[in-house]
Amino acid sequence: MAKRKAIVSTRECVACGCCMKVCPRGAISIPKGIFAEIDRELCVGCGKCVKECPASVIVLEVSES
Amino acid sequence: MNRKKNWYDYLWIVSLTYLVLGFFNILFAWLGLLCFFIPLIISITKGNKAYCNRYCGRGQLFALAGGRFGLSRKKDIPGWMKSGWFRYGFLIFFFIMFFLMLWNTWLVFAGTKNLRTAVTLLWTFKVPWHWAYHGAFFSDGVAQFAFGFYSIMLTSTVLGFVTMLLFKPRSWCVYCPMGTMTQLICKAKHVTWSQK
Ligand code: SF4
Ligand code: SF4
Ligand code: SF4
Repeated sequence: MAKRKAIVSTRECVACGCCMKVCPRGAISIPKGIFAEIDRELCVGCGKCVKECPASVIVLEVSES
Repeated sequence: MNRKKNWYDYLWIVSLTYLVLGFFNILFAWLGLLCFFIPLIISITKGNKAYCNRYCGRGQLFALAGGRFGLSRKKDIPGWMKSGWFRYGFLIFFFIMFFLMLWNTWLVFAGTKNLRTAVTLLWTFKVPWHWAYHGAFFSDGVAQFAFGFYSIMLTSTVLGFVTMLLFKPRSWCVYCPMGTMTQLICKAKHVTWSQK
């Protein structure tokens, strides 16, 4: 079954943390203060982070895994 | 979404109080140095943006106004506003204006210039602000710095508010000089760390 996962464009990410605050699964972290990283195991593809990101640099991508 | 709230989720109250206090006594503006030094210290010592990610009350304020109060159009920010040259350019501009402000403060300290009890909005408009100044128990320079610093804080709030209305609630965070600077520090730190 195809699932949706959030993907961050790390080059454009400003590491503000807005995505982190809204993720219901706690799947996002910004460990180095440079860009957000999404734990693909935890992400359920709800799209909340996509809506919240002020730079609009997250997309949902269909993945097979 | 309904995550348990932490104490730091309420720091927007502090940011709001800060802005209000400046209307009553300009000397409170000095407290704003905290939101200058804390993010810097965190990024330099810890190498992360925990300040932005957790504690920044200004970001929370925009998130509330644009989110809960629905003041934001929630549109995508234009591409140029998130581009590197704009973000770094704005950081440089901000710094130049900051040093000009310090220079002005120095001139008042040195007695070359008289104290100006005005708040400068958007680096251009001088707004009379004498009501928030109740005489100098200190040097006039102390008050001049307060006016200058408060001008910066109010200006960034106005800019952030406008982009909050037009784009996503926290679009200020895309070009916020403190955010850009702490991210740069983190980049520099992790480059040097990984070389060790
Ligand atoms: S899509 Fe939903 S679950 Fe996945 S990272 Fe974004 S907010 Fe979290
Ligand atoms: S909200 Fe967007 S810009 Fe901010 S940290 Fe998350 S992905 Fe990066
Ligand atoms: S980018 Fe600026 S306004 Fe946004 S959270 Fe960081 S310091 Fe606060």
